[in-house]
Amino acid sequence: MKRSVIVDVTARLILPSALLFALHLLLSGHDRPGGGFVGGLVAGATIALIFVAGGMDDVRSVVPVRPWTILGGGLAVAASVATVPILLGNPVMDNWKLSMDLPLLGDAKISSALVFDIGVAAVVIGTIFMVFEAFGDEEPPEFRGEVRPAPGSGQRPEVES
Amino acid sequence: MIATLSLHLAIGIGILLAAPVLRRWAAPLAAVPSLASLAFALTIAPDVLDGEPWTATFTWVPGLDLSVDLFVDGLGLVMILLVSGIGLAIAAYSGSYFAPNATAARTAGLLVLFAGAMLGLVTAEHVVILYLFWELTSILSWLLIGQRHTDPAARAAATHALVLTGSGGLALLGGLVILAREAGTWSVVELLTDPPGGTAAGVGLGLVVLGIVTKSAQYPFHAWLPGAMVAPTPVSAYLHSATMVKAGIYLALRLAPAFVHLDAWQPVVLTIGLLTMVAGGLRAIRQDDLKLLLAFGTVSQLGFLFVLSGSGFEYATIAGVTLLIAHALFKATLFLVVGIVDHQAHTRDRHELLDLRLGTGWGPVRVCAVLTAASMAGVPLMAGFIAKEEAYAAFVYEGGAVGVIGLVGIVTGSVLTMAYSLRFAAVFWRQSDRDDADVTPPSWTFGAPVYVLTALTIAIGLVPAPIIGDLVDVASGDLLGREVAGELALWHGINTALVLSVLTIAAGVLLWRLTDPFVRLTGRAAPPIDGYRAFQIGLEGLFTLARVTTTRIQTGSLPRYIAIILMVVVGGPALVAVATTSLPDLADPLDVPVQLALAGLIAGAALATIFVPRRLGAVVVLGGVGYGMAGLFVAQGAPDLALTQFAIETLTIVAFVLVLRQLPARFSRSDDRAGQLRRMGAAAVVGVGAFVLVLAVSGTDPTTPASDLAVTQAVPEAEGRNIVNVILVDFRGLDTLGEIAVLLVAAVGVTTLARVGRRPPRTGVPPLPEIDPLDPATIDKDART
Repeated sequence: MKRSVIVDVTARLILPSALLFALHLLLSGHDRPGGGFVGGLVAGATIALIFVAGGMDDVRSVVPVRPWTILGGGLAVAASVATVPILLGNPVMDNWKLSMDLPLLGDAKISSALVFDIGVAAVVIGTIFMVFEAFGDEEPPEFRGEVRPAPGSGQRPEVES
Repeated sequence: MIATLSLHLAIGIGILLAAPVLRRWAAPLAAVPSLASLAFALTIAPDVLDGEPWTATFTWVPGLDLSVDLFVDGLGLVMILLVSGIGLAIAAYSGSYFAPNATAARTAGLLVLFAGAMLGLVTAEHVVILYLFWELTSILSWLLIGQRHTDPAARAAATHALVLTGSGGLALLGGLVILAREAGTWSVVELLTDPPGGTAAGVGLGLVVLGIVTKSAQYPFHAWLPGAMVAPTPVSAYLHSATMVKAGIYLALRLAPAFVHLDAWQPVVLTIGLLTMVAGGLRAIRQDDLKLLLAFGTVSQLGFLFVLSGSGFEYATIAGVTLLIAHALFKATLFLVVGIVDHQAHTRDRHELLDLRLGTGWGPVRVCAVLTAASMAGVPLMAGFIAKEEAYAAFVYEGGAVGVIGLVGIVTGSVLTMAYSLRFAAVFWRQSDRDDADVTPPSWTFGAPVYVLTALTIAIGLVPAPIIGDLVDVASGDLLGREVAGELALWHGINTALVLSVLTIAAGVLLWRLTDPFVRLTGRAAPPIDGYRAFQIGLEGLFTLARVTTTRIQTGSLPRYIAIILMVVVGGPALVAVATTSLPDLADPLDVPVQLALAGLIAGAALATIFVPRRLGAVVVLGGVGYGMAGLFVAQGAPDLALTQFAIETLTIVAFVLVLRQLPARFSRSDDRAGQLRRMGAAAVVGVGAFVLVLAVSGTDPTTPASDLAVTQAVPEAEGRNIVNVILVDFRGLDTLGEIAVLLVAAVGVTTLARVGRRPPRTGVPPLPEIDPLDPATIDKDART
């Protein structure tokens, strides 16, 4: 894949603000438009941006963890929000909230809903990353078997190489 | 009891993990849990015998009300004593039987786990816990039977047992769930004290009986038991005397008093049980391999036990519990005797054994073998006689059709039992006079379990009342829910049962003398196909069915898959909507004027997609549909949805581009008119369906919209002002959890599919080996190593 300077520079410029926007959507989602799904999608879109600029090599060097780790970790976080209360004798997905007064930021709260949303976002990011991992490599995976036309479709085989 | 179960689990897993190090210490270690369990049984025995069942509850997930409920009544006590008592004998015996290696240690560990599962099964008070332990015994017996896993015959026999008992276990689960729902309780005791009625309960009960007959090797599901003889003899001795097959009998004993009033119950139990008893006996008397003789004898005795335990009336229940005890004692002993002979003489064939000389030093084993075989045959002075006498008396007392049919069946079966017991015992009292055929006698420690168990058999046979009288009475009384007195005794005076016993013994001796002509006569009537072959054919049929179905459904055409999926998912609900609701009028499209322009954009983009010749172009134009949708969301005041839709649409285009790199740039032209028409038809169905569905949904008018609850409760309940998000992560949080789990599976699936072309193709299911599981050469090779 040829690198384009314009795309490269634009990507670098947009990347931090896009990530910040994703974080904003994730953190404020409980009260304002946003949430884990859309936050994860925007963060996933930044992966697409890096990919467009520099291919899978750049994506892998920028994101230090493997996609399946993000995916599994996200589900584990979300699932533990649902199940840990059971072990403590409370109903499934019981709510809890931690309020604190942080310097500079003022009032901040961490709730079970936020942790759950973080898990959701991680699964979404992981899924998008997985798609790039599957199809993003420069050399398309070679097909062992020939691509056969569907029976009855009357189409000729579509193999190009 | 919970501590005892945990001890079984801990020591069993410990032995498995440390098997290579433990070697000869595994067997003594394996005895520890059995000793602990026996000690526990003795401490609770006084209370249980006084009519106060022991109960315990261990709550492990308080939030979901998940707890392990255990109880031990009279029958539970009997089972604990048998499982742990015989388990102790097996552990002692294994020390001498196996060479001290890692495999032997592994067997010991599995046996400990198996004993634990069996103890859990007979003490479970919760229906699901009962099922859980039931399946555990199936899986552990699979491991035990397939212990010599490099041997195809052992693997085939283990699979056979697992598939049959495992399918039966599934039927049992279904049946238990139906019964528990009908009864409205998960408690075993409550379920049985107030049994549910009705059609559903009847179906549930039928499934439970299916589970029982597969587990207890009743015809026509018996064949796994003789096949399981490939296992080492100590394993066979344990599985087929006190445990595994007794699980079904245990459940039948529990169920019978509650369901005996159903019209179908007694005919079903009598038919299956008597058929099993007679057919198993007919197979047993023609065996030359002593272990196979015992295997078919076990099938026959299980039929007997099933008849008694399932009959449900008072004296049959008492006889059933007595035979449960007697059978465990004599069958374990006889298997152990065969193991000793096999270990010392390297053969189990009766002809070969008759040519050998079991000389000085073999005395005790030979005496025990003959006496215990006499107990199996039901000869007076032995425990088996007490049980059989009680059974005869029960059916004589019951009278009527059940009494007559039952009596004829069990007398016939007992004559056969007498004959094959004699065939077994004859090997031990007849001796060769060849001087050069001496066989080394077993050591005292090797024989000790046999001597102890035989002593018990004789003691119960001589004075049953002081030893097991109370136990049998309390066990039967707890089952029937009233006080009973079995009055077990060696001598009841001259009565019908005694006359029948004498006749049985005489006929049995006669049949034994005439075994060869009898076998020739019945040989012609034998079924043309044996159990393993039937199982093999059934399994291959299942594979073929799966293959044919798969190739029909999975044609490999992606367009066809998508068309079918969409038509079902959209067209189906649309049809239901049209049929069940009246469609409302269209809402005014101009309530938000910009909607009209957006709708035009969507329709135009959709139409344009069809006519764009290049794939990339089509994808970009298709994106117009999605962005138009996002615009509609904005127009209707749903910023959350719009945000998500924009992000999804963008990412979809990028993902398309990734895939399109591997496809030709242009669509291929097709001249296939019929195919085009089919695709147009599918598109029309989906398009019209989606329209109708959305219209129907918009027209529903619940008196209180679901959103009301969300709007009023969002802040007080979930402390969030974004209702969409509150619903996603709180109100319907479990749904979201399910959705992201699906997302994960889909992501893994996509990646796997994308990479699948890089791996060599897999071949189909390997066929089952063509073996004869009843070939003596394949049975228990451990004894001779």
